[in-house]
Amino acid sequence: MALELIKGNVAVAEAAVRAGLVSYFGYPITPQTELLEYVSARMPELNRAFLQAESELGAINMVYGAACTGRRTMTSSSSPGVSLMQEGLSYISCTELPVVVVDVVRGGPGLGNIAPSQADYNQATRGGGHGEYHQIVLAPASVQEAIDLTTLAFDLAEKYRSVVMVLMDGSLGQMMEPAELPPFQPIKTEIPDWAVRGIPGRGKHVLTSINIDPPAQERTNIRLMTRWQEIEANEVRYKGYYLEDAEYLVVGYGTAGRISLSAVRAAREKGLKVGLLRPISLAPFPYEVVSDLAEQAKAFLVVEMNNGQMLEDVRLAVANRKPIAFYGRMGGTVPFADDVLQEIEDLASGQLGLEENPRDRWLAKMRVEFGTGA
Amino acid sequence: MQTEVIISGFGGQGTLYAGQVLAYAAMDEGKQVTWFPSYGPEMRGGTANCTVVISDEEIGSPTVKYPKAVLALNLPSLDKYEDMIAPGGCLVVNESMVNRKPERTDIRVVILPANEIAQEIGNERAANMVMLGALLANIDILPIEALEKALKNHTAQRLQKFVEMNIQALRRGGEYRAA
Repeated sequence: MALELIKGNVAVAEAAVRAGLVSYFGYPITPQTELLEYVSARMPELNRAFLQAESELGAINMVYGAACTGRRTMTSSSSPGVSLMQEGLSYISCTELPVVVVDVVRGGPGLGNIAPSQADYNQATRGGGHGEYHQIVLAPASVQEAIDLTTLAFDLAEKYRSVVMVLMDGSLGQMMEPAELPPFQPIKTEIPDWAVRGIPGRGKHVLTSINIDPPAQERTNIRLMTRWQEIEANEVRYKGYYLEDAEYLVVGYGTAGRISLSAVRAAREKGLKVGLLRPISLAPFPYEVVSDLAEQAKAFLVVEMNNGQMLEDVRLAVANRKPIAFYGRMGGTVPFADDVLQEIEDLASGQLGLEENPRDRWLAKMRVEFGTGA
Repeated sequence: MQTEVIISGFGGQGTLYAGQVLAYAAMDEGKQVTWFPSYGPEMRGGTANCTVVISDEEIGSPTVKYPKAVLALNLPSLDKYEDMIAPGGCLVVNESMVNRKPERTDIRVVILPANEIAQEIGNERAANMVMLGALLANIDILPIEALEKALKNHTAQRLQKFVEMNIQALRRGGEYRAA
C-alpha cells in the first residue's frame, strides 16, 4: 500500500480529481482554502475547469449550471460560505442534480472564527435552504475516510440525483495523516439521459426548479421524498467500537467521534464497559442502530462540538427508554479526551435519570464553568 | 502504545516542519500517526506549534491535554507547556531561547543550546532538528536512523542539499541526555 502523509483538505481535493471531477467552482475561505488552492493548480494541469467565482453565491450557481450537463462537478467552502450557498442548494435539490459539496465547518454563529466546529449539523442534515428537501451528509473522522467518502459522494450523488455534502471540520481539514489515494477513474463518457446537452434533434429537455402549478410541485416533492426513503433504506453508514458487551454507549461523529474513541479506550482500561458508535452518514442517520443499542445499553453519552444537534436524533431513536447525557463544546472549542472520560465516568456512576433534559443539564454545568459572564 | 509530542516555538523556528519529519518517519516505520498544526491568523514571529501522535493502533484524538513529550523552542512555549506534560514524560528545552530552568521534578528534562549547536553545524535554522534529535535520544518512540531516512526520502529535490546538515543536527542533539 502506497501511503502518503497528506493534509485533509488536499486529500479531499485529490480524491475528487481522481473521481473524475470535470469542473470546480468556489471561493476561498479558511479553514478550507487549501482545497481550493490545490484544485486551482491541479485542474488546469489536467485540462479540466477551475473557476474562482466572485462569491459563494456565484460559485454554487455555476455548479448548478455545470451539474445540468450531467458531468461531475463540485464546490467546497466553510460555514459562512455554505450559508451563502443555501439558496442554490435548494434549487439544485429541487432540480434533482448530482452535486458534491464539501463543508469544512468552523466556529460560529456569525463570522465566528476559523477553529474546528460541528455547529452546522442542523443546517447540513435538515436541508439548510428553503422548501422541503434532503441531502446526503457524510462525516469522515480521518484523512483516509475523507478520501473514501469523497469518492463515494460522487457515486451517491449520481445514483440518487442528489446533493451529497461531505461534512468535515477545521481539524480534519488541517491535519496530516498517512492515507492511500484511490486510482484515477476515467472521466465518464456516458452522459445521463436527463442532462441538458443541446443535442440537435433530440427534443426538448428541461431542468428546472420552477413549478408554478402547486400540484406539479407537490408531485416533485413526493418523488423527492420517495427517493429519500430509498436512501434511508440503503445508505446508512456507521462504525462501532467495543459494542459487543457495552453497557454505556458514547455517540459521536467526525472529530468528536475520534476524540471519544480515546476516551472510550481510557474508560475500558479502567474496567468500564463502554462502547462507541460513530455515525458516518449523518443523513440518513442510523436511527435503527441507535434504537437497537438502546435495548442493550444502560445509558448514552452524546459528544459533539456544538450545542447538542445530533443529540436530537439520538433522543428520537432512544425514545426515552434510557437516560442520555450530553457533552458539547461550542464556538470552535475542541474537547479533550480527558474531559469526555470524565463524562463517561459520571454516566457510569448511574445517577442519571430519564426525566432530566440532557441539554439543560449540560448547559447548567457549562454556566458554572464559565461563571456569571456567560 | 501511544506517544504524543508537542513541538512549540516562534513562527519561523521550524516547529511545524520538525513535526512533519517526525510524522514521516513514524509512517515509514509502519506506525499510525497524526500531525495537527496550530492554525489561525498567525505570522512570522508569532507562536506556532504542532501535536504529533504516534501509535500502534487507530489514533483517536489528534490533540492531548497532557502530552508525553514537549519540545520548547522558546520561553513562551516553556511557560505554556511545562505544567501540562504527563508525569514521567519528557521536556526538551532550547536553552538558547529561555532565561529560566524548568521547575518540574517528576519528568525528564533535557536542556541544550540548540541555536548555538545549529550555528556550529553551519545554520541556526537547524535548531529544530537538534531539538528533535535530543527528543529521540531520550524517549523510546523511533530510532534517530528512522528520521535520517525520512529526511532523505521526503525532502523535495531542490532542498536535498540541506539533508546532510539536518542529519548532523539530529545526531548532535542526540548526544544530550536528561540530567
